[in-house]
Amino acid sequence: MRQLNMVEALNEALRQEMRLDSRVIIIGEDVGVFGGAFHVTHGLLEEFGPERVWDTPISEEGFMGVAIGAALTGLRPVVEFQYADFLFSAMDQIVNQAAKIRLMSGGQTNVPLVIRAPQGATGRGAQHSQSTEAWFMHAPGMKVVIPSTPYDAKGLLISAMRDENPVLFLEHKLLYGAASPGGGSALTDSSVGTVGYYVPEEPYCIPLGKADIKRSGSRVTVIATALMVHRSLSVAAKLAQQSIEVEVIDPRTLVPLDEETLSASIRKTHRVVIVSEDVSRAGVSAELAAWASGNLFDYLDAPVKCVAAKNTPIPFAPASEKAVIPQEEDITQAILQVLSDQ
Amino acid sequence: MISPPEIIPPLNLSGLHHDLLLEMYYRMLLAREFEEKLYYLFLTRPMPGTMHQATGQEAVAVGVISALQPGDYITSTHRGHAHCIAKGVPVNEMMAEMFAKRTGSCRGMGGSMHLCDFSRGMLGAFAIVGAGIPIAVGAALSAYVQHSGKVAVAFFGDGAINKGVFHEAANMAALWKLPVIFVCENNQYALSMTVEKSSAVTNLASRAAAYGMPGIQVDGNDVAAVYRNAFNAVERARSGQGPTLLECITYRMRGHARFESSHYRPAEEVETWKKMDPIQRLRQALIESQIAPETKIAAVEKRVEEEIDQAIAFAEQSEDAQPQDYLPYITLEVNHATT
Repeated sequence: MRQLNMVEALNEALRQEMRLDSRVIIIGEDVGVFGGAFHVTHGLLEEFGPERVWDTPISEEGFMGVAIGAALTGLRPVVEFQYADFLFSAMDQIVNQAAKIRLMSGGQTNVPLVIRAPQGATGRGAQHSQSTEAWFMHAPGMKVVIPSTPYDAKGLLISAMRDENPVLFLEHKLLYGAASPGGGSALTDSSVGTVGYYVPEEPYCIPLGKADIKRSGSRVTVIATALMVHRSLSVAAKLAQQSIEVEVIDPRTLVPLDEETLSASIRKTHRVVIVSEDVSRAGVSAELAAWASGNLFDYLDAPVKCVAAKNTPIPFAPASEKAVIPQEEDITQAILQVLSDQ
Repeated sequence: MISPPEIIPPLNLSGLHHDLLLEMYYRMLLAREFEEKLYYLFLTRPMPGTMHQATGQEAVAVGVISALQPGDYITSTHRGHAHCIAKGVPVNEMMAEMFAKRTGSCRGMGGSMHLCDFSRGMLGAFAIVGAGIPIAVGAALSAYVQHSGKVAVAFFGDGAINKGVFHEAANMAALWKLPVIFVCENNQYALSMTVEKSSAVTNLASRAAAYGMPGIQVDGNDVAAVYRNAFNAVERARSGQGPTLLECITYRMRGHARFESSHYRPAEEVETWKKMDPIQRLRQALIESQIAPETKIAAVEKRVEEEIDQAIAFAEQSEDAQPQDYLPYITLEVNHATT
């Protein structure tokens, strides 16, 4: 089977779905001629033309509203934000409109659209680095998808495009595996190997709400998303040399959440560490910790441990950025801590 | 403040079909009666939620929407009852929604501020000021991509035109020559804020120049003038020439919401504008031009009163929305359709 990086896998998902379904359109800044800030929409304008691929002015709130209007009237837009931080410019349209219209209309309509946004700390400073997932988990009506591998990315994006509801699809920049067409070398992270790089050519769906056990283990459950899946896998491989078998689970979608797979693992290992790149306060890890403690307390042999970003805007200096984002050492320490707790 | 003229200009009904004029009279009156009865209901019994009346502004909704085809799209605002009624949303269902009943337009899940009827192209009353504007542009983009020949109308107020999203949406619509009409319903107040206090340039239609689209000011209490200008804008949009900004000068005869007293404006001002009542002006013109005798108009008025009374009875007799009714409309479920 072929290997693809995540950019290629996402591009293939968009292209294949656009060929299958003429209702799918792309809307966003520099998605056409330029091919997307991270090249995800490369070649789509050439193949599908300007009625399917809309290069917009820098008007995030405006083009988000345009996408909603299109979704309400028979199209299935895929909206690209250049950076997830820019989602905040369009919060009213996303949170007050897209997420609420199905309920407000009493089920007269759905809002079938996908919002794609790259996120993650990559040396760009506070306004191009934030992990935004918890903001949208907190907006009932949204689904939140956060893939960690090219294989997952393709299958999840096709599912998102076929979903009848607004889906936020968050892509980690360090997982793209490709250089920006604007210049500069491909961003890399030492923990990211080639897991999930084999991608079938034909279209396929990974259901939203289905977690994936990335590595099986018996001693502790690590729940991680996006880049943190890779850092956790790297840690798990090292701990295995000390006969500490770590199970690494990627929920892949935070809303809906595959509680079944997560709880089966926790019932088996009795210990859980949650690793997420968003900040700890009212974040993904806080939510999952509350869920695990509230629902699986009798099965836990140690307090739930969270590894998350410090509660700060992401600083620019590489050393400072590294200090606030979870590193492999932080994950290792947390695992050893829950194993030592009784 | 725009003051009404000393002598109220007569309506020019020439060239307009008599059936159209009577239908517009009926729709305007239906909207007026719907809201005035609700005003009374809110005063006299416990009603859920709140409401915002467009009393005095009915000619804008009815004049513009009468120039549309049934399949065309509109987006509305928190002050949206008249837009719904003009678009043909059944008053029984609207009234039931006001009462939070299962038979309501939105099954009791939306309320006054979120009324919509997708079967009639009414895409929603968006209660975040300005939010419906880009959504109408998106509906127009759909029409363009699908070659459906439909047009979209965004209704919004003099307050909303100061939202950034108006400018973003206007720019994209003009840039892409989308079939959309921006209808700024200038009722002169954003709650307590007058246009003079909120807009550096009070001629709101002039903002169209920034986007290279026609910007037209029209007497929004003259339904014939609103209709003619909307008709031209709709033709222009449908033929691929792009958007128009239509500023309809009107007046909010009631308070901002429910029983809000409007202490920030002189009572004489309200009284002066009442003389410009768009329904009375059309009524007078229909009689003076001998299009409809008083008896025929009285029959319309009787019909309206009966329909609103029936709507209230329908709402009262309908089943209340139940605690669990929201459950089908949340999106937590795993979507098995994708497996």
